[in-house]
Amino acid sequence: MTQLTALGKSSPAPVVRRGPKRSRRAVALNLIAVVIGLAVWTLLAGVGVQGLPGPVEVAGKAAELLSDGTLPLDALASLRRVLLGFLLGTLLAVPIGFLMGWYATARGLLEPYVQFFRTIPPLAIIPLAIVLMGIGEVPKVFVIFLASFLSSVVATFQGVVDVDRTLINAARVLGASDRTIFLKVVVPASTPFILVGMRVGLGSAWGTLVAAELIAAQEGLGFRMQQAQLYYDLSTIFVGLIAIGVLGLLMDRLLLLAERRLTDWQERR
Amino acid sequence: MNAKISFRDVVKTYPMKDGTFTALDHVSLDIADREFVTVVGPSGCGKSTLMSMAAGLVEASAGETLVDGKPVTGPGPDRGVIFQQYALFPWLTVRKNVEFGLKLMELPAEERRRRAERAIELVGLSDFADALPKTLSGGMKQRCAIARAYAVNPQVLLMDEPFGALDALTRVQLQDQLLDTWSQDQRTVMFITHDVDEAVYLASRVIVMAARPGRIQRIIDVDLPYPRTEEMRLSPEFGRIRNEVWHAVYHQAPASSAA
Repeated sequence: MTQLTALGKSSPAPVVRRGPKRSRRAVALNLIAVVIGLAVWTLLAGVGVQGLPGPVEVAGKAAELLSDGTLPLDALASLRRVLLGFLLGTLLAVPIGFLMGWYATARGLLEPYVQFFRTIPPLAIIPLAIVLMGIGEVPKVFVIFLASFLSSVVATFQGVVDVDRTLINAARVLGASDRTIFLKVVVPASTPFILVGMRVGLGSAWGTLVAAELIAAQEGLGFRMQQAQLYYDLSTIFVGLIAIGVLGLLMDRLLLLAERRLTDWQERR
Repeated sequence: MNAKISFRDVVKTYPMKDGTFTALDHVSLDIADREFVTVVGPSGCGKSTLMSMAAGLVEASAGETLVDGKPVTGPGPDRGVIFQQYALFPWLTVRKNVEFGLKLMELPAEERRRRAERAIELVGLSDFADALPKTLSGGMKQRCAIARAYAVNPQVLLMDEPFGALDALTRVQLQDQLLDTWSQDQRTVMFITHDVDEAVYLASRVIVMAARPGRIQRIIDVDLPYPRTEEMRLSPEFGRIRNEVWHAVYHQAPASSAA
């Protein structure tokens, strides 16, 4: 994430900016963009695009859904599914990825499956999951688990394979055993890869979730939107969309923050 | 014979698409205890491969490598290795990097701390002990790598073009510091370089290698007393030896291609 804040201007101080601190100028530009977006939206709703609710109407709906507890409950239900599936997926992906990167045998045995399932969109598993696991929580969590597992496992595996050979040699000549090399060199060296994999995994988990809820659920953001569609309730759909976006963004930022903290040692560029 | 390191008829071949590539062709060399030897040669002459065998990182196809009369079977903390690419652990501070080998020796924390401190001081990095490698210059990174090797107190230092990536001034400073510490602790040093000046300035013996197949071309004694000084670099004697090495490296007879 490089920030190009001095675009098109003579940059008086070529200070390399790191971390989440952003210049005031960039923040101002972001705010302007949001305001323009809202204005365009209001305009479109105002000139009478068929049935499109304006921002005020949607905000009203959001307040209503918040106060009657529907939105928090739906969000909670959705988050629970995502976090559970994501945690299980990552927890399994990291050791499997390490195994595949470290042992040629494990790689040979596991790679065909990983590569094959990677080409199937997790959503395509839903029909099978519903048939085999019913319509309860299990198939939804399973599909999310699969989505996050597949992206994390490949990232971890790649991270292990890409560990600099000279670092491993440097540890070996200092007398490190294979075990020490693994724990003290391979694991930290592949952390950046794993974290990137987790971010991608969380993204696809979140994307998979809503679709899974569209099919069969009794609560959740996807379910609420599906219901609203039946009653031609566009405001609720908008509230659902915005909630999904905001929550997804928040989770991504949290992981990004963790990534920055944990891999601050990296030489950028 | 009190050779510290000895290569006996060492051969290293790699399989290629068309036949085999001979990286080292029956190389024999003895390096005495406490000797400072430099190895120069064109790229592809196998000088790094030879050093890696002493380090235990590369296995010979034939022949054997002895350290202290015992065959090398793998790497070990008795032989410190310094790589051209520094090979610092980027997630560890200077101090933690230096302590890495000491932890493996299972020294008590206090002893570890003390020895790391001393090694860091020796290379002049005390002010940067808690800095991460990414904040250091190339020269400082290599100092840190040297401190990491010194800390475990190896009897042999194997250095693979350690100053190759540094600017000329930093290189000269590190050369002098290396000689300084060597004259005090008298480790055996095998130093790989492609820089003829560096080879002559540091060594008591320069091993000149030739490529295709990798072999020893000539061994040239450097009859200059230690400590070496900057004036010596300008002396006629230095110039003469330098020319001799230069000639041996860059005017090699066309290789008789070995079948």
